[in-house]
Amino acid sequence: MRSQVVMMRWFVVRGVAPGAGWGFVIVGFLAPLLLWCAVSYVPWLWHPDILVESPGGSQTFAAGMRVPVAAFAAENAALAAAGSAPATGQAVNPVFLPAPHAVAVAFVTAFTTPPRRTGDPWLHESLLHSCALIAQGFGLAILVGVPLGILCGAYAGMSRLIEPFTDFLRYLPAPAFGALAVAIFGISDGPKISIIVLATVLPTILVIANTTRSLDKALIDAAATLGASNRQVLLRVVLPGIAPAVWNDLRILLGAAWTTLIVAELIGQMSGISFFINQQGKYRNYDFVFVGIIAIGLVGLLTDQILAAIGRLLFPWKRTS
Amino acid sequence: MRSEPPFDPIARAARIAARPVVLEARGLGKTYPGAKGRVPALSGIDLAIRRREFVTVVGPSGSGKSTLARILAGLDEHDSGEVLVDGHPVRGPGRDRGMVFQAYSLFPWLTVMGNVMTGPRFAGNGRDAARSIALQYLELVGLEHLADRWPHQLSGGQRQRVAIARALANEPRVLLMDEPFGALDPHTRATLQGNLIDLWFNIPITIIFITHDLDEAVLLADRIVVLGGPDADHAGGWLRETITVPLPVPRTPDVVLSPEFRAVRERLDSLIHPAEPPRPRERIPVYRLAAAGDDVR
Ligand SMILES: Nc1ncnc2c1ncn2[C@@H]1O[C@H](COP(=O)(O)OP(=O)(O)OP(=O)(O)O)[C@@H](O)[C@H]1O
Ligand SMILES: [Mg+2]
Repeated sequence: MRSQVVMMRWFVVRGVAPGAGWGFVIVGFLAPLLLWCAVSYVPWLWHPDILVESPGGSQTFAAGMRVPVAAFAAENAALAAAGSAPATGQAVNPVFLPAPHAVAVAFVTAFTTPPRRTGDPWLHESLLHSCALIAQGFGLAILVGVPLGILCGAYAGMSRLIEPFTDFLRYLPAPAFGALAVAIFGISDGPKISIIVLATVLPTILVIANTTRSLDKALIDAAATLGASNRQVLLRVVLPGIAPAVWNDLRILLGAAWTTLIVAELIGQMSGISFFINQQGKYRNYDFVFVGIIAIGLVGLLTDQILAAIGRLLFPWKRTS
Repeated sequence: MRSEPPFDPIARAARIAARPVVLEARGLGKTYPGAKGRVPALSGIDLAIRRREFVTVVGPSGSGKSTLARILAGLDEHDSGEVLVDGHPVRGPGRDRGMVFQAYSLFPWLTVMGNVMTGPRFAGNGRDAARSIALQYLELVGLEHLADRWPHQLSGGQRQRVAIARALANEPRVLLMDEPFGALDPHTRATLQGNLIDLWFNIPITIIFITHDLDEAVLLADRIVVLGGPDADHAGGWLRETITVPLPVPRTPDVVLSPEFRAVRERLDSLIHPAEPPRPRERIPVYRLAAAGDDVR
């Protein structure tokens, strides 16, 4: 009976217990990591390739080659029939899935040893460049999108004027404007920033307009009966009323900005973290490719948590009980 | 010791009638868009509320009480007639008509003090001036010790007292209240009724108070406005009757025992719950009785 009661609590929608602590957060990160470890270190789970150690009598194999298990077995059978020495090797995963320890080592290497080709940027330089692009692109989008969104949410006329057309534009994939952006802004950062702006400003307008509309009308009524002018309603009621929700909207939209960034950086002269990842891919350094991808995730997670903490400081009236 | 002269309700009614009209509705009507054209919610409302009067509005659900309050406050448009404050027609909301809503509607991003300061601030007062005005009204509702709390840290009764202080801090000509105590438990409600009577007695305010609690309507009112719901002759809410309560003010809860109170209360009952032909009582199926199980004798 008791355990049944405990079980039931798991299904209480928005209930308090259990799983509110850090335990689940840790499990949430650990579980995929463990899965990755298992696939990497337990041979019979996947390991579809053989890394050839010595070719034996084989003419086609060479030490260090990766061949599919079936091809390896067929070759060895042929070698046995011909009476030659068999090839030897170890079961491994494909080259594009490096093991966790290899990625960890690469992570350290990326920060400690200079890039292979002189002139190539370090990992942190690539990341910083990407962050700068995001800051400029998304910053501009906020500057334009948030005020427009609030106006759309506050005034039906503005909403009619702006939102349907925005909704149309939003469906045109921003990267498709790449060639145009290069023609206008050259090949360095200009076109990349403009693509990020284009891709994030439209959803920002629509999301902020919706957030503005969802402000409790009763608060606006209350302000009106307290003698607020239209301007005062907008500045002293609507703005503070929607601020926490807008803050959260922007946190989510920042994620979308990163998604666009990866495509935007391929436009014109490739740069930033996309360049780093692409370059490493060309060298077939997949451990470094993983480092690049994980680094983006870590930067995103970190900024989001910092923004969440700032939000809690800015809006103390949101749950202090 | 001088004995009090006996209360003369007719003389009091005459004294009230001699006061100037603060808020007036003339032939007020309102329709809402419905499935088949516009549906009237309220029609032909004529009201004249005099200075310092306490008027309660009662009526069956859907008779247009909230609609009337929102029109008088200027929050909703009306489509016929007019609303006058001190003889001047008004359109739209203004600081001359304060309003208290059932759902409190405090600004969650402002502290209790900040909420009560909003009216004076909107009117252009500086921070310090607004704060000292707000403090007076917080003291009036006895909540100065909660000045720094956030609204979500207050009980329902406390929130409503803050909302009342906030509306009063603007010194409106009329205070409109739409079922302000409707969500409170009976004890808190009785306390707030007492507070409101004291407030009204001590500061120069005119109150229009909507309620569905008939005892409350009689206890608080100089005059009770009874709205009728839609019936054979009326498509929407209409002004059914106005009753003057023949009891001295300020009142204490024990007036409910007086014959005058009972008489008014019974009149209201007959207006709002007209004797319906008794409907055959629904019989509860036996299997459900059996399932209920427990013996409550
Ligand atoms: N926004 C609206 N659109 C259409 N009809 C409405 C709207 N608001 C109210 N009504 C209708 O107007 C009539 C009066 O509504 P109102 O809310 O004023 O009643 P009320 O007397 O305050 O009722 P209650 O005691 O339940 O609060 C009702 O028939 C209601 O259905
Ligand atoms: Mg109502």
